[in-house]
Parts: sequence; structure tokens; C-alpha cells
Amino acid sequence: MTDTLTTLTAKDFTSNQEPKWCAGCGDHAVLQQLKSAMADLNLKTEEVVVVSGIGCSSRLPYYVATYGVHGIHGRALPVASGLKAARPELNVWVATGDGDALSIGGNHYIHTIRRNPDLNVILLNNEIYGLTKGQYSPTSKIGQRTVTSPNGLIDYPINTIALTLGAGGTFVARVTDRDGKFMREIFKRGARHRGTSLIEIYQNCPIFNDNAFSAFTDRERKADTTLYVEHGQPLVFGKESDKGIRLDGFKPVVVNLNDASVSKNDLWIHDEGDFNKANILSRFFDNPNASEDFPPRPFGIFYVEDRFTYEDALTAQVEKAQENGEGTLEALLAGNSTWTIK
Amino acid sequence: MTDTKTTTRQVNVTSKTSVTVLFAGDSGDGMQLTGTQFANTVAVYGSDLNTFPNFPSEIRAPAGTISGVSGFQMQFGSTAVYTPGAKFDVLIAMNAAALKSNIDKLHHGGIIITDTDGFDAKNLKLSGYGEGNSPLEDGSLQDYTLFEIPVVSLTRAALADTGLSVKNIDRCKNMFILGILYWLYSLPIDTTVKTLQTKFKNKADIAEANIKAVQAGYNFGDETDMFAQFGRFEVGPAAMKKGTYRRVTGNEAAAIGLAAASKKAGLKLFLGSYPITPATEILQALANMKKWGVKTFQAEDEIAGVLSSIGASYGGALAATSTSGPGLALKSEALGLAVIMELPLVVMNVQRGGPSTGLPTKPEQSDLFIAMYGRHGDAPMPVIAAYSPVDCFYAAYEAAKIAVEHMTPVICLTDGYLAFSSEPMLIPSPDSLLEVKPVFAKPRNEGDDPYLPYKRNQLGVREWAVPGTKGLEHRVGGLEKANETGNVSHDPLNHQLMTDLRMEKVARIADCIPLQTIDNGAEKGDLLVLGWGSTYGAIKIAVDRALKAGHSVAHAHLRYLNPFPKNLGEILRNYKKVLIPENNCGQLLLMIRDQFLIEPVAFNKVEGLPFNEMEIEAKITDIVKEL
Ligand SMILES: Cc1ncc(C[n+]2csc(CCOP(=O)(O)OP(=O)(O)O)c2C)c(N)n1
Ligand code: SF4
Repeated sequence: MTDTLTTLTAKDFTSNQEPKWCAGCGDHAVLQQLKSAMADLNLKTEEVVVVSGIGCSSRLPYYVATYGVHGIHGRALPVASGLKAARPELNVWVATGDGDALSIGGNHYIHTIRRNPDLNVILLNNEIYGLTKGQYSPTSKIGQRTVTSPNGLIDYPINTIALTLGAGGTFVARVTDRDGKFMREIFKRGARHRGTSLIEIYQNCPIFNDNAFSAFTDRERKADTTLYVEHGQPLVFGKESDKGIRLDGFKPVVVNLNDASVSKNDLWIHDEGDFNKANILSRFFDNPNASEDFPPRPFGIFYVEDRFTYEDALTAQVEKAQENGEGTLEALLAGNSTWTIK
Repeated sequence: MTDTKTTTRQVNVTSKTSVTVLFAGDSGDGMQLTGTQFANTVAVYGSDLNTFPNFPSEIRAPAGTISGVSGFQMQFGSTAVYTPGAKFDVLIAMNAAALKSNIDKLHHGGIIITDTDGFDAKNLKLSGYGEGNSPLEDGSLQDYTLFEIPVVSLTRAALADTGLSVKNIDRCKNMFILGILYWLYSLPIDTTVKTLQTKFKNKADIAEANIKAVQAGYNFGDETDMFAQFGRFEVGPAAMKKGTYRRVTGNEAAAIGLAAASKKAGLKLFLGSYPITPATEILQALANMKKWGVKTFQAEDEIAGVLSSIGASYGGALAATSTSGPGLALKSEALGLAVIMELPLVVMNVQRGGPSTGLPTKPEQSDLFIAMYGRHGDAPMPVIAAYSPVDCFYAAYEAAKIAVEHMTPVICLTDGYLAFSSEPMLIPSPDSLLEVKPVFAKPRNEGDDPYLPYKRNQLGVREWAVPGTKGLEHRVGGLEKANETGNVSHDPLNHQLMTDLRMEKVARIADCIPLQTIDNGAEKGDLLVLGWGSTYGAIKIAVDRALKAGHSVAHAHLRYLNPFPKNLGEILRNYKKVLIPENNCGQLLLMIRDQFLIEPVAFNKVEGLPFNEMEIEAKITDIVKEL
């Protein structure tokens, strides 16, 4: 996959189509980081396919100078799964929205995650339906007023990370559209992971759901409301990096690192391979309007697992069946049991 | 071919040109296996045949009840056989319920072979005859030739020294009956013996017991007075074309057809599908063809099934999806995507009784409209139909050829009747199969003209540009695209143009398909019987009989339903009247009336049963009388 002689740049991954997203839309930043990540990964434009469904976010393939399929609403994952099964050597990305992936495509989402094809799934979650102009989505907040929830939303939201872990996800991560370089690194980690990489991106839609994530992106508040996790590092957050998280049995508790009785050694050390801890982390969510102190919203890679991919297992079965050579057309037509009329 | 055991008695042997047999028993009685064995033997002997299984619609219907009856029907003959037969000559009834639910379709004077052990008080009660009301004793069967045989008891006696458990011995009772039938139709038991030896390779005692039971049944026929007095029958070999044969059901044939087309085209076959009666066996058969490079993907639903295939097709595979009515409805939106992306895709739709869940196990021809018109927007798709189990091979193959060579999704219609029926298939030589020629766009280098994904050839067909190819990077999708460049376009005139181009592309397939032929009868005359799909056999026989009766009739059978063959209008105008028998409420009729402005005579039946030849013959006679 690497070709050091003709290393491409983000510009080489830029198509001749002008992005049609609104000014200030988080999708722009994601597109930029994605193209940079592809260049960093030394990919060639002809070996990459970007597949999407329908929504603002799903327009993304048009703007990347690779192969691309802009499918139908909710169905990006089956298209990508079929493509990957048929052509395992291709580098396949999926761009999808919260409505696309989790509402109309919810069933495909669960089943794709469990099958674990080697896809890099970028889920642009703006907690709203952008393209259809502002209806609530399955990730919108309780009480949120939208054009279809004028009295406030009563539809309990999906916790994307918990759902993905529950469905058997093997690479589960979250970033915000403001994360820039960090996002790009996670894209690269996801791309190198063999299996389905789910990267949820909190994406601001300034037109229909502005500031949905400002609690996690505001310079002022961010440090206290977010928790950037890193493998092997203790869970520490806060403006002065003075807050930590300790596990009391299964219960996470916040501790003040200024407190003399607390040692950094007592803190929860993030382990990407620990499924149970990833599940606990994914539950740092149930208070959707994170208060100043707890729980902070985790970002980064929650969980990574090394598991066989669907297309590898399928290819292996085909190879096994062809151990003694591929079947001929004659043998196919003749079958196992014949008789001859003379 | 010699009998394994030669008859010791002199018995009368009557020659027959064709015989229809129904093996009926409880679903646990092994009737499908028994029927299949008999069919294989008949096939190897050289008679033509057609079989049709009739499963109970409930998987675990209570034993002994009417709803638990499983049947295997077959017609075999020394002349061409086109259907599994409308009425039976022989009814094998393993229990009271099997007799009760099938006696009305036995010819007057037909043969009944019963297992009297299946007529005890319990069976009589469960079957609804009522305890103490045995049909074997009340004289109600006096118009038939009745053989009452205590099969269970005889099988137990014959296998007493095998050391097997009673339960295992009783499982062999179907083989005992099979032995009797072999004797009755002067057929050898050795094909079955061989099959049993292979089937129970690792269970020698079971193999031996089954073989013993067949032999015992055969000997029973030979040694019993009631049979000796009655005599034996013989159905000669048919004048089949020389060559090597296999027996296929429609679903098996369709699977082989798709795989064969992929081989011939030099493509890998990918099938994205979701199980549904009566189409499931296509998925199952292809899942077993990995040796031929076939990949199957059992998706979470029909929507994912078809879309995974669209993804595979974008990737350059020969992609197919298999389903039945409810599944086709779910695929509708995705088929529009395949139409606008202009990617090859084969949709095998095995029709069943609808609407909704309808009659899942019963055949119907009522998906023609959804195949033709069941998409939003102007989304034309070629539609073709298979007319026999073997023809499912050729229809699936041709659907793949059209899909690949015209860069379009194609619907291939079969139905539950064809799907489960079987007949001998003359194995074609690979060379005799039509070429399937995909046209791939070639790699481009810097300085070459930019690649135009929607540039077309003279047939209106675009090239297939496969990811991984240098210089062909392009984006396709469901949004309307600008002519040639494929970029998103909302331009009004462009949409008109692209819609017209897609329509034209499908219409021009008519330039590439064969002209319509007359199957039987003269090129001009009083009445044309126009059929499509599985009505073929019944129409064929009915028209044959009407011709023999001196009527001016002909039979034409449509393979291509969209577009129609170019000469169809001309053919239709060569007859005073056109009769269209269909297992729906007149869908082809409406299409014919719409396109050719003629007023055909409708003949519709939606009883979950195929037409039989008598019905069609009667209809023909009615019409020609009035002409
Ligand atoms: C079958 C179908 N139903 C509904 C729509 C209308 N529709 C298009 S995009 C969309 C929701 C988009 O929301 P999301 O997936 O969150 O993407 P965003 O636009 O916010 O990026 C809807 C309802 C459609 N295109 N197709
Ligand atoms: S509507 Fe929202 S999500 Fe869509 S492009 Fe505009 S800002 Fe982005």
C-alpha cells in the first residue's frame, strides 16, 4: 500500500467538486483531516473508495478524488460491506450521519459492526437531521425543541459508543470536529486497524443545531467537561489537570489530585484492550448536559480488539474450497450425479 | 438394464406412455426422499420426468393430521413430460390423512397403495375420518384398485435380524414401499442401493437395513398374490436427446446459471441475499459453490442483501440477489439506485402467492407488475422469465448476460412451482453457452483525456470502471448526474436527457435479444395462446391436444417481458384472438393491451396452484367454438 516515491498530499485527494456545505459546518474540517490522513497513510487515490448514505455528511465522497459511492439513505454500510467482501484489497471508508447510520440504517449498523469487515466508518453526529432541515435525530437531546419536537423531545437518545461496544465493535473512538490533528491521528489509527473502525465525530451544524457540543468545545469549559483518554495513561482532566478518575469497584469516582491523600497511582489507567472498562467509559454519557464536574465526556479511543474480519474469513473459506484448484465450468455444469443417454 | 431380482412368476406387464404418482405421508415418513429415489431411478432408466414436492406449510405440524401431510408428485413417461401431472394414476398413502387430503386428485380407477398401519384408531381420528370410520372398510374406495399393506409390520419382520432398534427399523418403511413401486413399474433397485451406500457411508448398519427394506418391498411385490394377479407396468425410455444429464430443480438451476455466467464472463460471482421461501435454495446452492469462487453474503435483511450486491457490482463482481415478493418490495429503493448508477445486477425473484406474506409455499405469477413498475421515478429495468425448471438455468444465465452487457439491473422471474419442480437437464457443453462480455474502462495515465463515467457506446451502454484501476477515480450515486461527466446535476434539461437515455438503453436491448418464436401451431390462425413463466407445460399440452382436435391454435411463450421481442406485435396480429392464461389477475394482459392496443382474452387463476392442461384445453375449446 505504501509507495514512497510518489507520496500524495491532501491536495491530491481533493476532487474538482466544490463542497456544498454551509459556511462553518463541521463537515469541512472533517473532510480536510480525512484527506490529510489519506495522504499520511500513503494511500493511492485509485485504491480508496469512500461510500456514504444520504444526508449533508453523506455528500463527502464527492469531494474526495478517489472512487466513491453516494448511496441511499441509511445503506452505506451494506454497500461498503459487499464491496469489501468482493474486493478485500480496496481501502474502504464510510461517511455517514447520525440519522443515516443510527435511525434508518440502525439495523445495518448493528450487523456490520458485529461482522467486523475492515471498514473505516466516520459517523458525523450533529444530533439533528441537517439535509432535511432540522428535525430531531436519534441522538438529539431529551427536551430539545426542533421543528418536529416543538414541545421538547421525548425520544430517549442513542449512546453511540455503548451501542457500538454492545454490537461487538472492535475499534471504537470519539472526537469532535474541532480536534484537528487529533482527529487525523485517530483516522490513521482506525485505518490501520483491521476490522470495522467506528469513529464518532461530534459535528457542529451551525444552521439547525448550533452549539450542540459547545460544552465540549468551548475553550472556557472544555477542560472540565472532557476527558481525553490515551492508552496506558491515567484518566486526568480539568483546567489544571487536577482532577482524576478512580475506579471504586465498578463505580468511577472523581478525585482531586490536589488532595494530599490522593496519589496519581490510584487513578484508572486507560487500557484500550479492556472491554469492561470501555463499557464503563461509554456510560460517561447519561447526563447529556455534562455538569462542570461529572461526568466528563470521554474522547479518543475507547476500545480496540483484534478479531478476524468478515472478508478475511470469507476469502479463507474460498481458498480452502479451492485447495485443489478452482472448479471448472465443466464440473459446475455436470454436478455430482449424472447419467448418460446413448 | 436387468432387475436385481428376476420375477419368479409369470405376470402380465402392461406398457404405459406416462404415469403420475403421488407419494404422500406424514412429514416424518420420508416421502421426499422416497420420491426423489424413485425419480432418480426413472431418470437413469431414460424416461422423461417432472417432479413436484408438496411440503406441509407448517414445519412441525402434528403427526397424523391433514396439515402434516407431505407429498412428492411426479410424472414420468416414454414421451416428453412437461408437468408433474394434473391427476395421479397411483397414490401412495402412508396414513389416513395422506389418503384423505389427496384422494380427490386420483384418477377414477387409479391405484391406491396404503400402509394399513397408518389407519389405526389414532390416525383415523387425527385425519378427521373419525375413529371406526376407516375408508378402507366403508366401501368408499371401491372405484379404485386398493392395495392394503401392513408396511410397518412387514418392515419389522424383514429387518428383525438387523439388531437395530424398532425406531430405526420403522424409519425404513418408506424404502419398503419404494421396493414395491420398483417392482410394480419394472424398475431395478440398484440406483437406490448405490445412493443408500453413499448416503450412509459411515453408518453401514443403517445402509444395510434400508437396502434390505427396498429388497423386501420388491420381493413382496413379486411374491404376493394380489400383485401377481394385478400385473406389472412398464414405462419405456423417452426419446431424449443423447448426452449426459443431471436432475435439477428450478432453484438449483438458477444458482448454476448464475455461477456459469460468472465463469463464462471471467468475473467472480457475489450473491447478497436473505432467506425467504421459495427462493432460499438459490442462496444455499451458491453458498456451496466456493470452489468456483462464488461469495455469498447472508445479509441482515433484503435491503442489505441487494445493497451489498450493488457494492460488489461497483467493485467489478457479477452481483446477484435472490428473493421472493416481500423481499422484492424491500429492494425496490435500491433497484432505483442500481438503475441510476447503471451497474449490472441480477435479481432472481421466485414468485409466491401474495400480497404480503400471502401463500409463501404456493406459486403465483403476480410479481410481474412490481418487476416492471415497482420503483419510484422512471426506473426501467429489463424483465425476463423462466418457463421450466431447466430453463431457470438459461434464464438466470441470460439475465446475467444482459445485466453485464447492458450495464443494468435485470429482474429474472421464476416461481415456487419451478423452484421446487425438477426435471432432467441435458448438461450443456461450456462452448455452447453464449458469451458474456463485460466492457471495462481502461486505465488512464496523466495527459490522457479525463475519464467520463457516463459516456455511452452505440447501444447507450456505459463502461464499467472498477476501483483499483488507475485514472478512473469517479463518484457515482443516486443523485441525478450530468451527462457523461457523472457530476451531480440539477439541470432540468439534463434530467430529461438522462431519463430518456436510461429508457432508451433498456428499450434497445430489444435489438440484442432473439425474435419471438411460435412454440407450437401455425404462424397464422384463429387463436394464439400467449404465456409466460411456469404455465408453459400446461399450455403446451393443452395446445397440442387442441391441434390434434383440429383447432386452429398456436402457442407462443414469452421469455422477454421487458423489452418485448421486436416482432411480438406482428405475431399477435396474425391471430383472430389471443388468450393469455396467467396465475395472476391479468398483469401480462394489461401490458400487452397497453403496448399493442389489442384486446386479449384473460384466463386467470390465483388459487395457489398452477394451471392444469385440462383447464386450458377447456378454455381453448370454448373460445374457438365462438370464432
Ligand atoms: C428513504 C429516505 N427517507 C428519507 C430521506 C430524507 N432524508 C435525507 S437525509 C435525512 C436525514 C439526514 O440526517 P443525518 O443522517 O443525521 O445527516 P446530516 O444531514 O445531519 O448530515 C433524511 C431524513 C431520504 N433521502 N430517503
Ligand atoms: S445544514 Fe448543518 S450539517 Fe448540513 S451543511 Fe449546513 S451546517 Fe452542515
